[in-house]
Parts: sequence; C-alpha cells; structure tokens
Amino acid sequence: MTLALSGQEVVAKLEQQFPGSVIESSENNLLVKSESIFDVAEYLKSSPELDFDYLNYIAAVDYYDYFELVYQFTSMKHNHSLVLKTRCYDRENPAVPSVVRLWRGADFQEREIYDLMGISFEGHPNLKRIVLWQGFEGHPLRKDYL
Amino acid sequence: MEVDITPRHIYSDTELDRTEGEAIEALKRSTQQPIPDPDRWLDEELRRNILLTSLDTILNWARRSSLWPAICFPACCAFELIAANASRFDLSRFGMEILRASPRQADLMITAGTLTWKMAPQVKRIYEQMAEPKWVIAMGACGISGGIFRSSYNVVPGYNRIIPVDVYVPGCPPRPEALIHGIRMLHHKISKRSITEG
Repeated sequence: MTLALSGQEVVAKLEQQFPGSVIESSENNLLVKSESIFDVAEYLKSSPELDFDYLNYIAAVDYYDYFELVYQFTSMKHNHSLVLKTRCYDRENPAVPSVVRLWRGADFQEREIYDLMGISFEGHPNLKRIVLWQGFEGHPLRKDYL
Repeated sequence: MEVDITPRHIYSDTELDRTEGEAIEALKRSTQQPIPDPDRWLDEELRRNILLTSLDTILNWARRSSLWPAICFPACCAFELIAANASRFDLSRFGMEILRASPRQADLMITAGTLTWKMAPQVKRIYEQMAEPKWVIAMGACGISGGIFRSSYNVVPGYNRIIPVDVYVPGCPPRPEALIHGIRMLHHKISKRSITEG
C-alpha cells in the first residue's frame, strides 16, 4: 500500500530549501504559505528522493475566515504520498499560484475550484468557468452563497 | 524433411472430386425449372380483409404504435427507462424498442432526469431537431418540477420551462409500470388527434 508520509518527515527538507515557507507541520499534513506553494510543489516533484510525479487531487474548503486548498501528491516510484495545505485569507480576491505547469491534471480541477469557490490560480493558462456558464453570478460552493 | 504422402481418407482425392462433380451435375439436371411460389391463396385472403376507416384513425394508430424515443436521458431516471425497455417490461410491445440516436428519427422525448441550465440548450436543441409530430413525457419529479433539486442554482425547475410537455409521470424515480401508464395515456392523447386540426 502507498505509504502516507507524515508532514514532519518532509518539513526539514523544505525548511532547508525554502526557509519560512512552512507554517505548520503535523503527522498528517503540511501547511505552507500560499505564495510559496508553487516553489514547494516544484521541489517535491523534482527532488529525486521525494519524486511526487502524480497529483491525486486539489480540493478547496471554505472555513469562513479563510479558504483552504488541499493537495495530495503521490510518487509512483517510491510509492508514497503527501498531503499539502495552504490558506487564502483574502475573501474578495483570493489567489494562489497555479500548479498546472507541474501536473497537467491540475488544469480542470483548478478551473472547477475557480468556478465554484472563486479562487483564482495565477499562471493558469485557461482560467475560466468549467461547470457553470460564462456570466453566472457568484461562486455557489462558498458558504455565504445563497 | 520427408513429406508424408500416405492417403488419410477412405476415398482418394480423385474419387472425392469425381463424386462431388456427379452430385452437382445430378442436382443441376433435376432443377431446370423454378419452383412456383405458393401464392395462390393471396387473392382469396385479400378479398376477406378489407377494412374501412377514417384517415385520422389509421394515421393516429400508426403514429402511436411506433413512438420512437430520442436518446436524451440526462440523469438517473434513465435507468428506470432502460428497465422499462428491457425484457421484463418490454417497451417493444408498444413499438418503442428503438431508441433513436438521431432526433430526426424520433417522435417522443422522455425527459428521464434532472436537467441543469448548462445542459438545457442542448436538450432544447434536440427537441427542436425532432420532426413533427412530436411529443414529450416529463418523467420523474425532476422532469416535472426540478424535484428535490428545484431550489438549486443550476437546475431547470421542470422541463416545461423550455419545451411543451404532454404527459407528466410522477415518481422519484417512477417505476417502469408508471412510465408505461404514462405512455398509454399518451397513446390516448394521440388517438384524439385530427389531421384537420394540424
């Protein structure tokens, strides 16, 4: 079975590479600053001992005070996985860097999150609504949508 | 390598060829004339089968006996429709077993499922592509009113917002018997049509 890496196992490497990028690490996941999510993801993908070549999913959660994005990566070679989180406190114009350049599978998922949660992904090549139509008002999966 | 030429059959190849030739020649000789079609009974039967009726009756009978549904089943009611179409409920009893992939060849739309606004233009287009005369059965709660999804931001609250509906079949989903009842009601509706009314 795929080994779920704990955040604490990876945090030392990340701290060494990008000082100050990790806010919090726990047994289950890592919480990373939103502006450094692309650099961290790039490192996780390219570093030979981690080698996360597969993106399982991106999910977005609305916690009223902030939006949380959850990423899960898997390495086919080492058969291990990692859950990465980041937070977005700006409710008006939430934005995080896109990871489409690293994993093409992120394309539709980021568009869906943009569509239903209203979080824009900077650097996405084609960021437009995917489930709803152009001209739809609001983002229905936000908790304050009525 | 040495080739094995020992005969493997009772008859040699030459003998087999000769008997085959003889059989063909014999059959050919004995069938010089075509066998007459057994059709003498036809005239007699036709004379006993004249039916006088009105054009409306015969046209409506033909139309309701071969309602071909268009393939347009956006959600889960489709499975009840498939069950109705399969061997247990057998829609072919009503001449409906052919689900047409082209709306040009269909004259009935069974709206089996929740319709989203995103999908609505396509469904409307399928309806508009169907040739006249055409009918619509709104199948299930979502088809009638949007059902439990009625208050959603992306659900059409009833197909009658976009296309005219002839028969409403309630249920979530309706059982095949209910759908067949709806189809029978549509048959009654069709049988009351008149070509003079258009």
